[in-house]
Parts: sequence; structure tokens; C-alpha cells
Amino acid sequence: MARHSEEDAGMAKAPPAARQRKKKPKEIKTRTVHANILHDCAKGAENPNRHYANNKIKTTKYTVLSFLPKNLFEQFHRFANVYFVFIALLNFVPVVNAFQPELALAPVVFILSVTAIKDLWEDYRRHRSDKEINHMDCLVYSRAERRYVEKYWKEVRVGDFIRLRCNEILPADVLLLSSSDPDRLCHIETATLDGETNLKQRQVVRSFYDLDCEFDPLKYNSIIECEKPNNDLNRFRGYIIHRSGRRDALYKENLLLRGCTIRNTEEAVGIVIYAGHETKAMLNNNGPRYKRSKLERQMNVDVFWCVIILLVMCLFAAVGHGLWMFQYGDNRPVFDVLSPEGTILSPIMSAIYLFLTMIIVFQVLIPISLFVSIEIVKICQVYFIHQDMDLYDEETDSHLQCRALNITEDLGQMQYIFSDKTGTLTENKMVFRRCTVAGVEYSHDANARRLAMYQEMDSEEEECMSHGGTLPRRDSVTSHQSARVVLRSQSTKSHRRTGSRAEAKRASILSKHTAFSSPMEKDITPDPKLLDKVNDCSSQMDFMRFHSQPMSQLPSDLSDIIDFFIALTICNTVVVSSPNQPRHKVRMRFELKSPVKTIEDFIKRFTPSRLTSGSNSSSSSSLITNRSSNKGCSSLLSSPSAESTLTKLHEEQSSGGLEQAFSPIPPSYDGKTSWSLEEGELRYEAESPDEAALVYAARAYKCSLVGRLPDQVIMELPHLGKLSFELLHTLGFDSTRKRMSVVVRHPLTDQITVYTKGADSVIMDLIKPPDTGNSKGKRQKKIVCRTQHYLNLYAADGLRTLCIAKKILSKEEYACWLQRHLAAETAIQGREELLFESALRLETNLHLLGATGIEDRLQDGVPETIASLRKAGLQIWVLTGDKQETAVNIAYACKLLDPEEELLTLNADSQEGCALLLEESLHYIQAKFLCNPSGPTTKSFNTNFSPFDIYSSSSPSSQSTPFLVHRLGLVIDGRTLAYALDKSLEDKFLAVARSCRSVLCCRSTPLQKSMVVKLVRNKLKVMTLAIGDGANDVSMIQVADVGVGISGQEGMQAVMASDFALPRFRYLQKLLLVHGHWCYSRLANMILYFFYKNAMFVALIFWYQFYCGFSGSAMIDQWYLIFFNLMFSAFPQLITGTLDKDVSAETLQQLPQLYVNGQNSEEYKPYMFWMNMIDAFYQSLVCFFIPYFAYADSDVDLFTWGTPITTLALFTILLHLGTETKTWTWMNWMSIAFSIALFFTVALCYNASCPACYSPSNPYWTMQRLLQEPLFYLLCFITPIAALLPRFFYRACQGTLFPSPVQLGRQLDKLPADIRRNILSLSRVKVGSPLCPKLPFLSLAKASPKGYNKKDRRSVSGSKQGPLLQTDEAKRSPLQPTDSDMHLSDLYTPAPSEVDTLPYTKDNPAPSGELQTSSAADSEHLNKTIEPSDVNLSSCVTSTPLPAQADGVQLSMPPDGAPQCVRYTRNSEERLKSEHAVSSAHRTEPATERPLQAASFSLN
Amino acid sequence: MMASSYSAKDEDGHITVSGPGGGTLRNKKPENTAFKQQRLPAWQPILTAGTVLPAFFIIGLIFIPIGIGLYVTSNNIKEFEIDYTGDDASSPCYNCAKNFSWNNTKSCTCTIPFQLDQPYESNVFMYYGLSNFYQNHRRYVKSRDDSQLNGNIDSLKKPSKECEPYASIDNKPIAPCGAIANSMFNDTLKLFYNDPNGTSVPIPLTSTGIAWWTDKHVKFRNPVGTNSNLTAVFQGTMKPVNWHRPVYELDTDPENNGFINEDFIVWMRTAALPTFRKLYRIIQKKNNMAPTLPRGNYTLVVDYNYPVRSFEGRKRMILSTISWMGGKNPFLGIAYITVGSVCFFLGVVLLVIHHKYGNRNNSANISN
Repeated sequence: MARHSEEDAGMAKAPPAARQRKKKPKEIKTRTVHANILHDCAKGAENPNRHYANNKIKTTKYTVLSFLPKNLFEQFHRFANVYFVFIALLNFVPVVNAFQPELALAPVVFILSVTAIKDLWEDYRRHRSDKEINHMDCLVYSRAERRYVEKYWKEVRVGDFIRLRCNEILPADVLLLSSSDPDRLCHIETATLDGETNLKQRQVVRSFYDLDCEFDPLKYNSIIECEKPNNDLNRFRGYIIHRSGRRDALYKENLLLRGCTIRNTEEAVGIVIYAGHETKAMLNNNGPRYKRSKLERQMNVDVFWCVIILLVMCLFAAVGHGLWMFQYGDNRPVFDVLSPEGTILSPIMSAIYLFLTMIIVFQVLIPISLFVSIEIVKICQVYFIHQDMDLYDEETDSHLQCRALNITEDLGQMQYIFSDKTGTLTENKMVFRRCTVAGVEYSHDANARRLAMYQEMDSEEEECMSHGGTLPRRDSVTSHQSARVVLRSQSTKSHRRTGSRAEAKRASILSKHTAFSSPMEKDITPDPKLLDKVNDCSSQMDFMRFHSQPMSQLPSDLSDIIDFFIALTICNTVVVSSPNQPRHKVRMRFELKSPVKTIEDFIKRFTPSRLTSGSNSSSSSSLITNRSSNKGCSSLLSSPSAESTLTKLHEEQSSGGLEQAFSPIPPSYDGKTSWSLEEGELRYEAESPDEAALVYAARAYKCSLVGRLPDQVIMELPHLGKLSFELLHTLGFDSTRKRMSVVVRHPLTDQITVYTKGADSVIMDLIKPPDTGNSKGKRQKKIVCRTQHYLNLYAADGLRTLCIAKKILSKEEYACWLQRHLAAETAIQGREELLFESALRLETNLHLLGATGIEDRLQDGVPETIASLRKAGLQIWVLTGDKQETAVNIAYACKLLDPEEELLTLNADSQEGCALLLEESLHYIQAKFLCNPSGPTTKSFNTNFSPFDIYSSSSPSSQSTPFLVHRLGLVIDGRTLAYALDKSLEDKFLAVARSCRSVLCCRSTPLQKSMVVKLVRNKLKVMTLAIGDGANDVSMIQVADVGVGISGQEGMQAVMASDFALPRFRYLQKLLLVHGHWCYSRLANMILYFFYKNAMFVALIFWYQFYCGFSGSAMIDQWYLIFFNLMFSAFPQLITGTLDKDVSAETLQQLPQLYVNGQNSEEYKPYMFWMNMIDAFYQSLVCFFIPYFAYADSDVDLFTWGTPITTLALFTILLHLGTETKTWTWMNWMSIAFSIALFFTVALCYNASCPACYSPSNPYWTMQRLLQEPLFYLLCFITPIAALLPRFFYRACQGTLFPSPVQLGRQLDKLPADIRRNILSLSRVKVGSPLCPKLPFLSLAKASPKGYNKKDRRSVSGSKQGPLLQTDEAKRSPLQPTDSDMHLSDLYTPAPSEVDTLPYTKDNPAPSGELQTSSAADSEHLNKTIEPSDVNLSSCVTSTPLPAQADGVQLSMPPDGAPQCVRYTRNSEERLKSEHAVSSAHRTEPATERPLQAASFSLN
Repeated sequence: MMASSYSAKDEDGHITVSGPGGGTLRNKKPENTAFKQQRLPAWQPILTAGTVLPAFFIIGLIFIPIGIGLYVTSNNIKEFEIDYTGDDASSPCYNCAKNFSWNNTKSCTCTIPFQLDQPYESNVFMYYGLSNFYQNHRRYVKSRDDSQLNGNIDSLKKPSKECEPYASIDNKPIAPCGAIANSMFNDTLKLFYNDPNGTSVPIPLTSTGIAWWTDKHVKFRNPVGTNSNLTAVFQGTMKPVNWHRPVYELDTDPENNGFINEDFIVWMRTAALPTFRKLYRIIQKKNNMAPTLPRGNYTLVVDYNYPVRSFEGRKRMILSTISWMGGKNPFLGIAYITVGSVCFFLGVVLLVIHHKYGNRNNSANISN
């Protein structure tokens, strides 16, 4: 595929290979690029760039000549193919051959050629697209013609100068040498590379920066030295050496990458650095991923078993043949033919020969077409998943992408989901909610109300309102704790009607509203108090400026406010554009000198302190791109608020006019702004949504960002008008520093100011410790203290917090810093580290301005999705980089954590501390949940209730045993996680984590995320799914069994790494529950069927060996034998494998419990393979012996007897498929009819075609004759029925006596829609009802006393070892209830997971009479709604067998010792107070820095 | 234009893009068709005791009568079998069998008297039966040249390799070649009716019409030489080792000689199982009302040529009438009755299950 390595690149430039090799060592470190025009005359040999790959790309694998050998070679990598070829070749050995050698080759050739044709077609497509790309045009400078001439892409070489115009695609990686842009910038869109749609700026190489006239390639004579080609998109290092000997560093900002599109720039000229396969885009380009699914692994085990069976059968036959020969002794019978040479074979020799012959005859047992069929079915499945309308997102016009084609069935077997939070659970669309400035909180109640209004607007569109998860949280922001009771009832209601179509409709409407930069996010209703203050402040400043008073006289709280907003506005990398022409950069330029680049420059410029705001000389390069982004559309769509903003803007404009007089900006310039404003409001394009949210927030306070240029930022302030901040440096955000800073020169005070914005934990540490001496210091201390308080509040409300700080640098300080910074910037070695250190030096002793709380809204349907995924028995872990409080709160909001459940919080500071904590929690869990067997287990048996036994002990690879999952939540922070992931502790950590219902890892790094996934995957032997949207999730996505990327806001990196890409999180529900289930059950059934089919067919021949002296003879014509699999029986199973639906999509989604079917591999358990084998042997016995006895001692000949057997086998096999087929569409009927028709047509034609061919069977006229015989029809009638009788009977009994949940789901499907809805709603309500008999736990409970005793003893003795616990569990697993005590009612009963997901269980009246006053009204209300269904419920109970009922009732009694109503308290003091017996853990816990996070391990 | 061509490349997995800005023109929304949304109308049978009950009863009710019919039909077929292997010292053929081998050229004759208790109406088929004779042995089955048998001159002169080691003797091709032909059954069976008055009347045995029509007329053909004389055509070929006469002397009737000799054709159709019978002669029904074979005493005269003792084989002579469903074989009737009864029985079991447990679901379902 793509050429990755240098070696390959080397191969591409093959011709002067010998010299090439010599040069290689020299080339290793860098690449030197000369301009081609200097060497134009010396074509070829003299050109120093000749060794570099040219720009012709060739992604094809094959050439005309190499196709056959190469393709065959590749195909033979698959073991099965080698096996089949081996067998086919074996046929050419005369002593052992069983079939006509040519014929035996047919299937292998067929399979190989199908694959080859597929490959050829793909390669041809690749070739065509290559050709198309290679023949695209671009402008290359030609020395001969002294101008740019059009050339094909493929003719571009390294060292060529190319000219690029707006909207052109870059043909190669190009170093930008000139740009028509006055700032010497070039904007590119990198959507094709990383999916990010915002524009990126690229800069002309510094030495060409000041070029006044147009760049002339002829004058260029520098040499570029840079890195070897590599695939890192974000790295480019090198330098350019001019003739003068001067060196200039090159950055990634100078490089334009192949595949990007030039935007906003009229013309750019550059020199090609990397071409063709050496471009970063091509190096990055990996083929589709190949993974092997669990099902396939399991299948391979059974293929292996098939091989064993085959060998055993062959051995048996060989021994039999030897004995058969032996019994005749030297007296050779006439029918024992001598070898062709006429020699007598000894029995042993013929046994050995026969062994090989039998392998050929029985080869069908290893299903040759299985692999091909599976591939076909998977492709169809992928097609259907692609086509699903429910997985299509209108908003982004994207649907699900299956990037890995061969693991669709894994989707149905997931056990653990690891989810990122930001952007995955949440929208990653930030809404500014609250802020605190100078220690004063501005709660923005009006804004909150407005947001709530949006919510209502949506909900009114359908009759029954409410939005399950997001609503309570949102309201709790406004009205703190008081609203909680009311909310509870609301969300219960909402829960009952999840999944309705109305919801889906509402969701789509909502998603339109929440499109990026929707009014909801853009229009922030300012807090009146704060607005007043801002106005106040700026007018004062205006006054002061007018009177030339120093700004420092401003009261410090007011100056803080204005600084706060300045920081919000400019401390970012937001690019301003206008909406109608989204790619058009709004530019207004103040004449400024270029930013300081040297110390001399600095001294020169900063000595005279005066107001610098020169005249405007904006160049309006109005390059309008023809792309109309849908962002623009969406903002126009939402009319009501758009109008309001428009009027607001008009006001602004008029006020701007007033201020014009005072403004230092010349009127000429202002006209231009008003022009751009008339076009509509400005649009902000930010790299991260937080930034945009903050800029929009500041704009609400009339502090709006107007323009951004590389060296200045223009913002507009009320009263002050437009101010231009000279941007001295931008210290970009990085995840280690967790902050970004800008260094600007304040236009009003003329001070050099650093504005820093970053995570609160980091910023708070960098705040200058206030000297407590003076009042100012005290005030400062108070501010810090208060801000911290509010920060905690914000976090508790699930808001993302950012701190804003500033620092004023004296000129000396700045000069000092600048010197070292410039040194760092120009360094080639270790530049990143130096810059990082430089940033650290600057960002110290900050002055805290305030903090913001930004809401990251939950995506639609997240709580519902999580709830139903959890009901499906999936363990959901959230791994996030967010801080603990935020993460916990989001977790509550999305129902990951439940207020009812206990929370284990693990925060440790050292390895020992962590070990101790884990130990304690393990003890705690054991003590609490294992000692009182009658109680909590029934409650906590979340995932292990009988029909949905999750970690099935019988699954082959899985060592894992059923593990109790308690009503516990585990929260662990990054640092503790690092300790816990240590080799010595990981077992304990897992033991704790797996017994918790939900796990939340905060502050985790990408590496930790992947380590957690790896740990769980490898240690628990479970199927893991990782879902995320950002670059930080990539490693986790790659590690998991199935990686899912959210194609959201944060670019495409996660998508590129993923196996499936979803537009939204909630689609995961249908993807897993419906498609996963279907894919799994379809494929599992198909694979089993394949094994059955082949075994059944081969066994026929095996039985025959007993009647032909084990001579390897077959009564089935070799043609039938070989084509039976390939043709006659191939189509129906493909159709069934593609289209069969065991349960309808609706039911699957409404009863997520059915998903457990796949998790436990219930469709395809190891024993099923053997059951199928036994059934196959039985059926073949029937199919063999009925004709045998029917034709016993008759004059039937070999093939006249064999043909009916073939026919019978075909009928039996098809009928077998029929009993296994759950849905019969016309395609099923057609395929079966087609198969039968095909068989008879082929048989008739074949038997009529040639009277003397087809030795040895020579079946001339056999079928025709058979069709005249009544006996044939009589056989066809009875045999399939007799063969399938047991299976059919078993299925019928199973369907009645112990139906699997899936079968119940199917029965449910059959019911009329309204009844079904009734039952489903009943199943939901029942959750809360205490009446439900917990039948599933029956046998468990019976067994428990003994089990628990044992366990207690063990856990005392072996508490230090995690694995011991597992062995205990293993003992328990056989005690799992048998299927017999479950029936339809089980399915609707308590699935305890439902109990868990609905937090309201305990509020309902329980038999023990425990009622909570606070929720009494609530539950009353609930009860009323249950009433009608309760009646049904009891009737359903009474209809169950009596003993079961008794047990059920007994079990449903609430546990005596169980802790009632455990509540997570956010208050740390309370937490400490209510600490449980394990407070010792707390003692050993070293205090953490942040006071509120100190309470580490607390169990309340 | 350029952008679109570039995205064509993307499809190949070079760089996959579906950014939000990607396709405002091209709506990727999937079509809402029943097929694509997997909502094809379908019949969804659910296998429960209740639903499959009728099937079991119906099968039972159909099968049992068919079985009875078949059983009766089979029982109406008359069949007589006589073993003349001669293993026993008391057997008339003991002497022949004892010292007989393939090398003997002189035939040995033995006579076996037998008695028919019932008269045989209609045509009577006379079979010879062999036991323990593995005509279905893999190498044996292959050891023939169909092309030669089809009259191909080239194959006649140069038989296929499959015939080895029975392809040629002293570089002269064997016709017919191969092990099957070589081991052809060569006993001669004659039937005499011992009239109550003491005379022994030979029963006319028809030797044509015993092979498949297609075999006789399409598959097997004598090689067509320059003259119609078979002897001349087979000039230069050898007879199979075990044969006493060359192939062109199998019969005097030119329509039943050479490769198209029906005894030969019948033998060449290899039997499926080691115990088999092959049609030898047909005793045509006489025109008058008298039974083909009246009740009485008969004598079977055997020219004992075929040795079976080496492999403990048995030789039998079978007289049988046939019905529409072939020879006498009660198995199928019994099988139908058994399967029918089992179905019926299982149907009853299911009925019980359905009554006891089936309602449970229904009540749960229907109560709502």
C-alpha cells in the first residue's frame, strides 16, 4: 500500500541503484534540497535532487506482470489457502488421488480467483485514482520559458518552484517562499489531513519575509536542509542556507502539506521539499485496519478441531483399510486392484496411502468456502450498517463509517466500554455559564434562564416533555439544591418514555439548535451587575485616556474586570471571519512595526513610550471562497436570536459612530468595519470550542474581538472603541502546561502584559503569593480564596473551569526573558524543550483576575444511552482528563453514577498509599457485600443474574468468572491511577474496579487511558470498546478490541484510528444493541451452520467407508462432492447470514438485556460446536442409512445410489437452515428454491452431457432415471424429516420450556404493537415495583449459604491475593441458575441493572415499609402510574410454578443489613464524618495540596 | 472539480475525510427503502410447542398410511433366494467350489433342486447375488475405460491408464480393459421346471432388456471398424486375463455381443454395496393365464466358473417379482410407519408440554 519506510522510498528511485547505496549513509540525517532551475540544463545525473522521489504516486500493489505471482503469494499467506492447494496437489499423486486432479483444483482455483478478482478490481480503482491525481495540473516554474508553466502533478520534482492559487490543492509538501498576502501568510485548510476545518496560517520563510517585489525564482540560490521524510504532520525542522552563509530556521509553519487547500491567499510560491510518496500526507496514509474478531478466533479454534476430527477420521479409515486388507492375507480378492505397476501393496503401505486419500476425500470438512462466505457476509453487514438511517446525522450529513471491515460481529460481544468524556459524552460545544471576577461571582441567572428556555422550546414540540439527563443538571445550576425533588419526578417520567420516535424527532430538532456557534452558545445574556461594571469601568478608562491620566489609578476591582475581559478576548488563537464569506479573513490593519525579533529591535522600539496606534493601511484581499460552510447556514437558520443580535449590532454600530471622534482610528478605517459588520456579525473560528465560548462571552459585554493578525489583535471595547494590542508572543496551549499565554503591549497603559488562561489547578499554583502585610495583599488573598471557592462550586456543577490571570512585566524583565526566548526559538536541537522552559519562566507570579465556568453540554441521549448500555450488561468506564469534581458531576448527569450508590474515591500520593487504599477498599467490599449473603447480593447482582450471565465460565479463552458487581462507583484520579497500574497493584486495582458498577478515571493521560484498557482487556479477558473523539483518545482506541471514534469537533485523528466512526455518542446504542447483536448472531449462526453442513456431508462418506472396505471410495459423484459447498448449498446461508434478524430492532433497543446474548457468546458456545457436530453425525447417519436400507441387497449401482443421498443431504441441509432461520423474507425463499433448482439443473445437464466422460462415476442419465422412480421421491420425503426431527423437537421444547431471552424477544415481536408497548412499559415500571419476583436469582440464592461460607473463609485467608477471589467465584459459577426457571416474566423483571440505573427504586414503597418523606409524593405518583400494570404483574407471578414463586418472594425481601440510601455528599466535611470503618485508610493518606480534594478514600 | 477528484482518491483509504464542510451538495442520507433499512416483510416463525404441534400431527397422519401402503406393497412381492456358493460339504456345489480357481478353464457344473411354494405371476426377474464382493472399492471402481467401452478406436488400441495393471498384456491392449471387466461374473445359471410328471422343462430366460436402455444404446458401443465383423474389429486386442472367451464371443447374437453384451453392461455398473444382486435374466410372463413360475419343484443348473471362496463371498440366485417401487424391501414401509408414529408421539408430548407450560407465556403475554 503506501510506502512507509525509507527503504521503500529508496526503491522508488531505483535506477542508479549501486550509487544510491553508496550515498545512503550520508543521507541518513538530513535531506538537502537545491533549486532545480539551477540545474535545469544538467538534466538527470547532475541534479542534486535526483535521488528524491518524484511526485508521481503509485498506490497500486501490482503491475500487469507482477499481479499473478504477487497476488498468489499474498493469498498463500492465509493458511487455509495453503491447505487447500496442498490437498489439490496431493490429488496429482496417482497412488493417493481420489478425484480427477483437474477437478480437485477447481474449488481452490475458484476461491483464489474470486479473491484475486476482488484485489484486481480494488487495485484498478486505485490505479485510476492515482492516474487522475497524477494528471492534475499545477504551475511549475520553467527556466527555459522564464515563467510558470502548467505541468502534471507527477512531473513535479523536489526542488521545483510552484505557484499556487487560491483554492488549489497542494501537489507536494512545499516550503512557502512567497505569498501575495501582505502579512506574508498563507492560509490552508487541512481537512483532508486531519479533518479540522478551521484555517491554519502558514508563514513565508523568514528570510523571504521582507521581500518587497515579487519572488523571482531565478534569484533564488539558497540551499535547504531539512529532516528526512517522516509522517509527523506537526513537525518540520530544518534551516535554509543562503549564499551569504546565513542560516534561517524553518518551522512547520513554513511548510504547506500535500493535500491541503490554499484558502484566502491569492497566490503563493514555494519550493517542493518532499514529493510523491515522501510527502507527509502519503506517509501518513495507512491502509484499512485488519483485526481478528473474537468470533473468528473462536471459529479458528473450531477449525482446528475440524482438522483433528478429519485426522481422526482419516486415521480410523486407514487403520480400517489396513485391517481389511490384512484379513485377506495373501489371497488377494479380484476386487482388490493391484497398483498400476502390478505390484502387491502391503496392508501397511496401502493404509498409509489411504490416509492421504482420505484427507482428500474428507477435505470438505474444512470449509473452503467458509472464509470467503464470511467475508461476503461481513461486507454486506457493513453495507447495511452504512445504510441505516438511524445512524445518520443530518446535522453533519455524515453517517457511520465502518473503517474496519471484519470485526462487525465484535460489536455484539462487548463487555466493557471505555469512554472519553469531553466530546464523546458531551457535545464539546461550550456554553459560557458563569464567571467570577476579582472574587465576586456573577451567576448569570438570566443566561441560565435563557438556556432553560431553549430547553423548553424543544420539549414543547412534543406533548410529553422533558429531557432525561440534561435537564436536572442544567436546572441545578440555576436553582442549586432546592429544585432537586421536583426534578426527580420529571426525569423519572422522561425515563419511561425513552426510545420513542418522538424523542428521536426532538433530538434531531435539538441538534439543529445546538449546532456549533448556534445562538445558544453565541448569545450570552450578560449579567447586569457585571455589565454595569464593565460599562462603568470602560467609561472611566475612556475618561482617563481623554485626560491623559495614567491608567493605574483605576480602582483595582474595575481594572481587574477590564483586564479579565481583555484576557478573554485576546488570550486565544481565534481567527475572525465574517459569516457570509466564511473563509474571508476580516482584516484591518494598524500600521505597526513588525514584532520584536531581536534585542536591538526591542530596545529601539520600547524606549520611547507612546501610544502606538498608527494609521490604517489595511489591504483588503477579498478572496471569496466558494465554499459555503454549513456553520454559516445554521446561524442564519435560527432566526429569533439572530434578529436580536442584529439589532444589538446596530446599536453597537451607532454607538461606535459616536465614539469615532475619540477614537484614534481614522474614519476611513471605520467605514471598512461597518462594511464588514453590515455583512453580518463576525464569526470566530477557534481551535478549541472553549476559546470561542469565551470570546463570545466577552462580546456579550461589548468587548469583542474584531481582528487578529500575526502581530496584533484588535478588540473593541465599549466607550474606548477599537484598541489594537501589539501581540509580542503567543505561548500556545499544551497539555503539560495546561495553559496558554499571550504577551501584548497594552495600548492604554503601554505596559507589557502577559495574559494567561489555563486550568485552575495550574494557574492557582502560579499565583503570586500575596504578601499579607498590606491591605492589597489581604485583598488579593481573599480573592484567591474566594475564587477557589467558586471554582469548586463550578466544578461541582459540572462546569469546565478556567482561570484567568495576568502579569505585568517591566521592560527589563521582558528584555531578560526575551533574550533567552529568542535563543530558544532559533535553536535547532531541542527547540521544543527550550520553548517550553521559556514559557515556564514567563508564567510565574501571576495576578489572578478571575475564573470562568463553561458548560460542556451533554450530547443528546447520553444518559439514556448509558442507561440502556448498562442494562445491556456493559460495564462503562469513563476515562477523562478533566478534574475530578467536573468528571464526577458529569458522571452524575449522564447517569453513570447514581446518587443512590456509594462512591469509592481513590486519591493517593504514593505507591504505598495507593496499595493501602486498594487493600482497604477490597476489604471493605468484601466485608460489606460478602458477609451478609441474603441481602446486598441480590441487589448487587447486577450483571450476573441468570439469563444474562456475563462472564460465562464456559467461554474458552475467558478465565474470568462471574464477579459481583456492587452498587459502588469508583473514582480514581490520574496520579493514583499511575500507581494502581503498577505491576504490583494492578491485580488489586482490577479486583476493586470490577466489583464496582461504574469507574471514573479523572485526570488521566492518553497513555494511562490506553494502559487501563490494555489492563482490563488482557487481565479480565473481556471484549473492550473504546470510544473517543480527540487525539488524546487515539491510543486507547487503538488498544481496545473495537475502537470507535466520534467524528466531532476535535478533528479526525480519533476517527482515523478507529474501527467505526460515529457522528454522535447515542448512536452507539443502536450500533451495539442492534447491529452488533445482529451481526454477531448472524455470523455465529452461519459459522456453526457451516461446520454442521460440512461435517454432515463428509460424515456421509465416512459411513460409507464401512461398506467399501475403507478404500476411500465415495458414493457421491466427485462433481457433487466438490461443488456441493461451493454452489448448491452456498446461497441460502449467505442470505440468511446477511438478512436474518432474530429480534426486531425496536425490541432490541427497548430490551437491552438481549445484548447479553452476544456478550456471553450464547449463539456460539464451544459446546454448540460439538452439539452441532453430533447433530451433523446423527443427520448424516439418517441420510446414509435410510437409503442404505432402502436399497440394501438390490441391484443399485454406486452412483445411482449416491445421487439420492446427495439430494437428501441437500434437502436436509436446506431444511436445517430453515429451522434456524428466524425471518423468512422472499429472498430466503428464493435462495432456497434457487439452490434446489440449481442442483437439479446441474445434475440433469451433467448427467445428460457426455455418455463416456466423467470417469469414474460416468453418471450418464442417472438423475433422469432416478426422477422416474417413486422410491426416490419416497426417500426425499422421509429422510429430511427423520433427520431433522430431533432438532425440530428440541427447538420446539426449548421455545416453550426454557426459551432464551432472545426467543422471548421474538415472541414479543409477534405481538401487536400496542400490547408490546404495554409489556415493555410494564417491564420498565416493574423495576421500581417491589412485587416482582426475582426469579433469576433462584438457584443462586439456594446455593448461596454454602457458597458464602466458603468465601468468607477464603477471603480471610487470602485477602492479599486478588486472584484467589476469582477462584471463589469460579466455584460459584456452576451454581448459576439453569435456564429452566426463566420465562417471559423474567425478562421483564428486575433485571437488577435496571434497578441500578433508575435511582428511584428506594424511594418507592418497599415491603419493609421504608419510606422517605422527601420522596413520598414522588413515589405515590409513580405508584399510580404503575397500578394497571401491577395487576398484570401479579397475574404473571401466579402463573409461575409454585416453588419458584415462593423463592422469588423470599428473595425480594429487602436486605436487613444493607445500607439504605447511601448518598454521595459533595461536602468534604460530611464525607469525613460519615466515614466508615476504614478510616484508617485516611490516616495513612498524605494530604494533597488542594484542600477540597484531600478527603481521599472515603466511603460514606 | 479538483476537489472532487481529490476526494475520489480519498475513497481508497488514502485519507478519509467527511468533514462537516464536505458535502452540502451531496446528501449522504441513506435511502429509506425496506431492503436497505432491513425491514423487508418477513414471515417469522417461532418454534414453540404450540406452533409446531400441528406439523407433528400432520406428518404423523401422512406418514403412517404411506408406510402401511408401502409395507403391504412390499409384502406382496414374491421373492425366492438360493445360495449356491458351495461352502457346505452338503451343498451340491461343494466340489466345484472347493477346487476352483480363476485359472481353471474347464467349467464345473452343479445342479441345485428347489421348490417354489407359491406361483409367481407376471414377469419374474432372475438375479445373481454376490456377498462380500467389494465392487465399490475405490481402485476397482476406477479401473475401467469408458471411452473404450463407448467404442472409441483409439482407446481400444491404447486403453486409459486407469485400467492399469489390466490395460495390456505383452503390449497388446486388453479389451475390455480394467479390473471390473476382468472380474466379470461368469457363472451360467439355467432353470428347469420339474414337471410333476417327471420331465424337466427348461424355462426360457430372456437375456436382453436387463441393462439400462441408455447404457445399451448410448454408453456402450462396439468399436466400428472397416467391416462389421466384431472379430476383425477386436483384432490385436487381448481378452481380459480371467476371461475364458474374448469379448466378441460373449454371445452369438450380434446385438448382444462385444461391449454391448447386456451381462457385461450389467456387471460394469458397479454395485453400491458389498452385498448386491445383479439382474441376470428375465422370465417373461406367458401370454396365457398361467403363472410365469407355477408352484412346484425346480432345478437350478450352475456352470460354476466364478470363485468367491478366497474372499469368503457368497453367491446366490434370486427369483423375484417386482412392484412399482422395485424389489421386495419392507424397510421403507417400516421406516415410514416408525417416523410417522414417532412424530405422532412427539406431537402428543408437545401437546402435553404446551398444555402444562405453554400457557405460562401466553398468560404473561395475553394478560396485558
